[in-house]
Amino acid sequence: MAEAAESPGDPGTASPRPLFAGLSDISISQDIPVEGEITIPMRSRIREFDSSTLNESVQNTIMRDLKAVGKKFMHVLYPRKSNTLLRDWDLWGPLILCVTLALMLQRGSVDSEKDGGPQFAEVFVIVWFGAVTITLNSKLLGGNISFFQSLCVLGYCILPLTVAMLVCRLVLLAEPGPINFMVRLFVVIVMFAWSIIASTAFLADSQPPNRKALAVYPVFLFYFVISWMILTFTP
Amino acid sequence: MEQKGPALQEPLSSQGGGSAVIDMENMDDTSGSSFEDMGELHQRLREEEVDADAAAAEEEDGEFLGMKGFKGQLSRQVADQMWQAGKRQASRAFSLYANIDILRPYFDVEPAQVRSRLLESMIPIKMVNFPQKIAGELYGPLMLVFTLVAILLHGMKTSDTIIREGTLMGTAIGTCFGYWLGVSSFIYFLAYLCNAQITMLQMLALLGYGLFGHCIVLFITYNIHLHALFYLFWLLLGGLSTLRMVAVLVSRTVGPTQRLLLCGTLAALHMLFLLYLHFAYHKVVEGILDTLEGPNIPPMQRVPRDIPAALPAARLPATVLNATAKAVAVTLQSH
Repeated sequence: MAEAAESPGDPGTASPRPLFAGLSDISISQDIPVEGEITIPMRSRIREFDSSTLNESVQNTIMRDLKAVGKKFMHVLYPRKSNTLLRDWDLWGPLILCVTLALMLQRGSVDSEKDGGPQFAEVFVIVWFGAVTITLNSKLLGGNISFFQSLCVLGYCILPLTVAMLVCRLVLLAEPGPINFMVRLFVVIVMFAWSIIASTAFLADSQPPNRKALAVYPVFLFYFVISWMILTFTP
Repeated sequence: MEQKGPALQEPLSSQGGGSAVIDMENMDDTSGSSFEDMGELHQRLREEEVDADAAAAEEEDGEFLGMKGFKGQLSRQVADQMWQAGKRQASRAFSLYANIDILRPYFDVEPAQVRSRLLESMIPIKMVNFPQKIAGELYGPLMLVFTLVAILLHGMKTSDTIIREGTLMGTAIGTCFGYWLGVSSFIYFLAYLCNAQITMLQMLALLGYGLFGHCIVLFITYNIHLHALFYLFWLLLGGLSTLRMVAVLVSRTVGPTQRLLLCGTLAALHMLFLLYLHFAYHKVVEGILDTLEGPNIPPMQRVPRDIPAALPAARLPATVLNATAKAVAVTLQSH
């Protein structure tokens, strides 16, 4: 593709030779040694950069992506005003969190066979369509954040609620009772507040200053629905 | 980008008057279309250029470098075409995004405005000789519908409603959005028949803000299950928000028959919806209370919907009760 971009910019338009004679030399330089003049010496450096990410091992790619996801998890757990989530957004973290949450919220086949399926799809759809709706809302209110950046932030800030889900499942292994319920309620409320604070820390700067409340309210509703699903879950 | 200007200016200019009709048909003038056409034109020109050059170059290089030169040409052409196709897709997606900007003027509100409109939706105004102003915005109504969905979900979970063909969330969203959009459209149609001066956007906004009363009533009565309290709130808060909507519609309609038809329909639908939402989802908790209190059955006993009246309450299947209800039952039993 570098060749395609270069061809309109080629200054040698006045020559009677066709434009692409020199380029065809370079396009085959990987297969056989170049014969004749090399018209554009910068080409080899770009080619080297391309192949370094294409030819690296799968393990390297996965570890690099996992490290990026882990770094963002740390940013969510200790929220301070920073641009890391916004600058290099990715959707791996939200996908992992959403699938984990949806798998844990499955009821199994206690009531009927149909209850296992809808729970997963329900959570998945709620998370993604909720995030899309909030993003559209904040864009319509005049925010200057891009679509995927907002999805990234909202997805990563589900992390505290996933932790709450894990804790609730562990607590539910003990004997049921009002104390059980109180502990779970406390944990879910704390994590809910953490999620909202984390997402506000990242999203607040992108809104016009007098409309922050309008953009934060749907985020509050979104995490409230997820928290409610976690709190009322019984295996 | 100058094509986007007229499309955006239309709603702004017609929002100046209180009862101006916002003409929604002109919104579909695909403001990015000429941008796309230029893109297609450019792309076609470049393709012709590339084809002409490639044909000329091919003849020359084909005989000079054999198969390798040909492969170089072909791969570069394919890359070029993929680039163009990608660019075309991106510009189409961009023009789709630009269409969302059509909704932007309806979200142009301040928090103080939303707060004051929420409070005003519970205060009926007596002035019916002069068309009352309706704010044409969609943020407040949309947020109220989502809040109602959340409250409904809470109520359904608490009463452990089991939905066989579908999901709880789907039912809640379907009910609330269906009511908001469906009843708005129906009343707009009636308003058209009765010659009332109201636009679709204004009707959506009016009904949306009318759901504020419903949200409050359901939030309180899904947690405190007293019949008398519910009927009191139904009349008071439901009645106030209905009266407000009715007053606005009356001020915009001429003729007693038309007023009666329009306002009677709206009042009936609005009040009945609140009644439906309350009674559809909290019956199971009543069943538990009956079980616990034993012989002291409260005078206003309702029969649960799915269970025949002949069955005593003690025979409720255990799976119908969820942990929250059981916790409530345990707490009540200890008193």
